[in-house]
Amino acid sequence: MVDFGGWDMPVQYSGIIDEHNAVRTAVGIFDVSHMGEIEVRGPEAAKLVDFVTTNAVTKLKIGQAHYTGLLYEHGGFVDDILVHKVADDHYFLCVNASNQDKDYAHIVAHNHFDCTVENAGERYAQFAIQGPKAAATLSKLTPVDLSGIKYYWFTDGEVAGVPARIAHTGYTGELGYEIYVPPAEAERIWKLVMDAGAEFGIRPCGLGARNTLRLEAKMALYGHEIDATISPFEADLAWIVKLDKGDFVGRDFLAKQKETGVSRKLVGFEMRGRGIGRDGYEVFLDGSPAGWVTSGGPAPTLCKNIGLCYLPVANAVPGKNIQIMIRNQPVDAVTVETPFYKRAK
Amino acid sequence: MYPENFRYTKEHEWVSVDGDTGTIGITDHAQSELGDIVYVDLPKTGTHLDQGKSLGSVESVKAVSDIYSPVSGEVVATNPELADHPEKLNSEPHSNAWLVKVRLSDPAQVQNLMSAADYQSYIGAEK
Repeated sequence: MVDFGGWDMPVQYSGIIDEHNAVRTAVGIFDVSHMGEIEVRGPEAAKLVDFVTTNAVTKLKIGQAHYTGLLYEHGGFVDDILVHKVADDHYFLCVNASNQDKDYAHIVAHNHFDCTVENAGERYAQFAIQGPKAAATLSKLTPVDLSGIKYYWFTDGEVAGVPARIAHTGYTGELGYEIYVPPAEAERIWKLVMDAGAEFGIRPCGLGARNTLRLEAKMALYGHEIDATISPFEADLAWIVKLDKGDFVGRDFLAKQKETGVSRKLVGFEMRGRGIGRDGYEVFLDGSPAGWVTSGGPAPTLCKNIGLCYLPVANAVPGKNIQIMIRNQPVDAVTVETPFYKRAK
Repeated sequence: MYPENFRYTKEHEWVSVDGDTGTIGITDHAQSELGDIVYVDLPKTGTHLDQGKSLGSVESVKAVSDIYSPVSGEVVATNPELADHPEKLNSEPHSNAWLVKVRLSDPAQVQNLMSAADYQSYIGAEK
């Protein structure tokens, strides 16, 4: 078990590669109860959530969710989060565990609107059930017609006879569900999901597989690809920034940065030489230090060693030869298109 | 599980001595803690190793771990199979997945290391 933001969490159960492959080919379940939840309620809930995030909250329909950034004025990330529209006057935010209290304080500090903000993490346990057999597994435990929930939509229904929020979201690059359930029922529901998935070879999955899966799908991890010093444009997340939606925290900085352009940008790489480029390793270009690896490791589905790194923007494009400094030895790598892995439609 | 004729370190390496040659590997406990091993970095033949100093590293999916040499000596062979099949360290850590063979410079050093029984109680206590 490792300490992860104050939570004791397993890095692996049966083994990272085994768990990873189960999610790509069948189904896996992750206990992500450490994730934080923040609820915003009131007549001006939409206004507050729109003001503190980069994506356009007014575009969300009831029952829809989106990925978005919570930014500082200076354009760096407080966190990356999911916003779910429960009702016109109720938004449900899923946030990173280690950022939960910081996020809550940040949102409250900007709450000049007619609404309340609740740090609700303790009221929810969360499981991610992910993979091509996720729907077949979960459907045994709920009367909800899962095929009626589109990708990045959610439904409030029941799982195992208790109230649950069932979201068609995930952090693996596969289709799947993230379910929010009462903590008192969590252990029982975990066991029922394991039983329901047994015929498909379900695996309990830890933080290790969560990381290899999200990296293959090029999904950002706070503290790696993004943090308080990185803007969404640098992190290749321009799609979550809606400058034309009206004012929001960080907008002035982003509008300027859009005009001047960024100096560095996130790009994927594959190792060509023997070795694994890992988080924090230096990246060299033409013999000089040029950037750093944000996440790197073996990609079990691709049988390659891959990673993400920051490079000067002119070089942050596919096809550039780079070197990763691995224990004081430069090892060849090449920048590539991302995502590394894309689910077959 | 842990061969009686091996000697063990607190850092979870083993050495098996035959004449003046020592064969070095990592223990079953080590491979189990590391998880899926995907890369092994070994010294070149001819490298001098010092007891207790890093001789190379093994990488699991998640992390890099140093391997510390249980004895001093000169590397006379490295396991050629591990470059293409690092996963053998998970399945056969005490046999076919040895790491290096060294010519011992001080055979008395093995007296500093643990017996199989001592190592087993050591990892039992560590849990």
